[in-house]
Amino acid sequence: MQFKNIFKFNGGVHPNENKSLSTSLPIGSLPIPKKLVLPLRQHVGRVAKLKVKPGDQVLKGQIIAEADGNISASIHAPTSGKILKISEEILPHPSGLPDFCITIEPDFKDTWVEKKPISWKKLDRSKLIEALSQSGIVGLGGAVFPTHMKLKINQSQPINTLVINAAECEPFITCDDMLMRERADEIIQGALIAQTILDAKECVVGIENNKIEAYEALKKAAQKTTIEIKVVPTVYPSGDAKRLIYLLMGIEVPKEKRSVDLGIQVFNVATVAAIYRYLELGEPSISRVVTITGAVKAPQNYEVLFGTPLSELIVAAGGSSNKTKKFIMGGPMMGFDLPSIHVPVTKAMNCVIESSPELFPAPKPVMPCIRCARCADACPVNLQPQELYWFSKSSQLEKARDYNLFDCIECGCCTYVCPSKIPLVQFYRYAKSEIIAQDKSKEAANTARERNEFRLARIEREKKERAERNAQKALGANEKQADDEKKSTIAAAMERVKQTQQENIKN
Amino acid sequence: MDNRSPYIVDAPSVSVIMFKVLLALIPGIALYVYAFGLGVIINILLASLTVILTESAILAIRKLPIKVFILDGSGLVAAWLLALSIPSIAPWWIIVIGTLLCITFGKHVYGGLGYNLFNPAMLGYAILLISFPLVMSQWQIPGSLTENNIEWLDQIKIIMNSSLLSKETIDAMSSATPLDYIKTQLTLHQPLSVIQQNKIFSFLGGKGLELISLGYLAGGLYLLKEKIISWHLPVSFLASLFIIASIFYSIAPDTYASPLFHVMSGGSILCAFFIITDPVSGPTTPKGKIYFGIAIGLLVFIIRIFGGYPEGIAFAVLIMNIFVPLIDSLTQPRIFGHK
Ligand code: SF4
Ligand code: SF4
Repeated sequence: MQFKNIFKFNGGVHPNENKSLSTSLPIGSLPIPKKLVLPLRQHVGRVAKLKVKPGDQVLKGQIIAEADGNISASIHAPTSGKILKISEEILPHPSGLPDFCITIEPDFKDTWVEKKPISWKKLDRSKLIEALSQSGIVGLGGAVFPTHMKLKINQSQPINTLVINAAECEPFITCDDMLMRERADEIIQGALIAQTILDAKECVVGIENNKIEAYEALKKAAQKTTIEIKVVPTVYPSGDAKRLIYLLMGIEVPKEKRSVDLGIQVFNVATVAAIYRYLELGEPSISRVVTITGAVKAPQNYEVLFGTPLSELIVAAGGSSNKTKKFIMGGPMMGFDLPSIHVPVTKAMNCVIESSPELFPAPKPVMPCIRCARCADACPVNLQPQELYWFSKSSQLEKARDYNLFDCIECGCCTYVCPSKIPLVQFYRYAKSEIIAQDKSKEAANTARERNEFRLARIEREKKERAERNAQKALGANEKQADDEKKSTIAAAMERVKQTQQENIKN
Repeated sequence: MDNRSPYIVDAPSVSVIMFKVLLALIPGIALYVYAFGLGVIINILLASLTVILTESAILAIRKLPIKVFILDGSGLVAAWLLALSIPSIAPWWIIVIGTLLCITFGKHVYGGLGYNLFNPAMLGYAILLISFPLVMSQWQIPGSLTENNIEWLDQIKIIMNSSLLSKETIDAMSSATPLDYIKTQLTLHQPLSVIQQNKIFSFLGGKGLELISLGYLAGGLYLLKEKIISWHLPVSFLASLFIIASIFYSIAPDTYASPLFHVMSGGSILCAFFIITDPVSGPTTPKGKIYFGIAIGLLVFIIRIFGGYPEGIAFAVLIMNIFVPLIDSLTQPRIFGHK
């Protein structure tokens, strides 16, 4: 495969791909599990509004929690059955915190609600977006941002180019690769739909040159279309949206801008395939392809219903082959340890890797930074990781911010190449959260101060008004009236003092 | 929960990097032995021993893991570089004191590995040069072993206890360095063409010394290939030295040595690939490295020609070390998506 008109970015790394582990078998399917646990928040934005209660019967594809406002996504029943409970469960999230979930007990009949395919060629764009806002589709590349919002963008900003992200640059992950090999048509059709809705002039698919079968499949599917399939070099993190846009178009998305500001919108392959399935087949987002790989006995990709306990997927993959039972969600560069094997599969779960000491050896002892600048050479953002490390470590947070800490995409390239084995990214995550917390408390302090100033000004104003009023009264009114007035003024003042005191206590 | 990604790393350890640097010095050392005999090996051994003992003691006092920080190899690199910089017939205590100072004041007073502001080897060298100027300018005559029938045992004697040797033997062995010789002869108003007819000169630089420089060059190319150093420092330094020397040479070839002579003499090549490439005390940005290299090249030339010392590398490096934080902060690369 040849690179034509490709713009290479600085830095990046070439970790062992380990992708062939999970690509020898086709995408498998799992039996319907005994229960499905569906978190109400599987997307960026507002938590979905609950639409069912325990005991309700639901059909496959039925909305069980509805998108709350624009930036939110609906949750659909992945199969037919009964709502068992609404409860807090542990989620596959780095925080490891529990959140509200709907538990469904399947009836194993797998009965669909009435599917309503939408003839997208005939409908106008705003209608399609409205329809998609019920689809439950979110960015399946991992960003989980509600898809209809990304399509809606062209109502405020014209979109020129639709980029389909097929890079899948993280080692081990192959869910997009397998999807492209097996369902290239769905992806291309989905891309065409997205292009139509966005009214984008062109559509480019960016795929790394290590996915030959997928490339061929896409190429074939896109034959009669104007969609361009562009091969990009295999270098991590080519799949980062801003890096991919640069690779494909030579455009750097400026600081503090989004790609849409430049007329470029990016979708992941699995997301556009889901758009196709929703409009063409009337199937909402109830499952996804998940890679289960690493130390499990039989790594493979599976089409998994959302809510399926991870343990079921592990069993399907032949079970765990070592005692540690440690699982990572995502890839080895940006993934995180799963808190338990009982977490449900969610919209964000693209890959689960069973860890083992051979695959991911325990971190070596950390040595001091020798300022070798390997990290700087590897950083795809051109940051100076060694300086950021120094500032983060010594809590010079303002300095870290000045050195553009917030441009860091936490890709991990710097840590990957550091001879001193310094967990640089962890320092950056820490520093970022510290800065955000500080900003917040500063903001809170400011609001409190403003509120206080406002109150003092009000008291001052009232005092003045009262004085003026009294002066006027004293001029023309009779004594009794003045007396009454005085009394009520005093009462009012007393009341205000009381109120102020209460306010003070509250503050 | 702690998010410890990335879970994979692929980087040579600090030890591997430092030992590759030592490996890269071997060709130069071998040619050194070929040209001047075993003296340099004795100095390297003394320096290694001193550095290991001193560092162990310091690490023990600082309650740091001794094995880890001895095996990181950075102490040995500094010690070897110092041993290669001093005259190979200097008495044993020179290298011992030098190494001691280099490792304590050049490294550990700043906090040890990764924290030193100055290049440790050059700091040690500069202190020795200031404290013992006479000993530090007594270099071995190249080829003295073959031409004057001096045995290698005498070399050990001169290092360990020079009183065991006759004054004639010592005189037959030692002389000034070519750079030093040019400097003193020029003050006697000798034209360069005459000066360079002395037996210590050869085709490019000093006899024997140019050969060693070629050895260092080979090692330096190996470090480039292994991506342990980047091209910015050696190229900018050598280019700047070459260019400024060319300018002076073209104006007055009888007073100023040829640019090639400057590049191949003294420690120029060692400096280009091994000394200014010390990551800890050097700049980290690509542009910064280039400015750093250029500045050192100019300073080396200025000190060699106009300064009080025949060789300017140590002082040039130390002076520029002070400016490293400034250079770094002024040469931050453009960040992706920034203007
Ligand atoms: S790679 Fe590691 S040791 Fe080298 S400069 Fe970066 S942080 Fe320091
Ligand atoms: S994690 Fe941040 S600093 Fe490190 S390489 Fe990636 S973007 Fe650069």
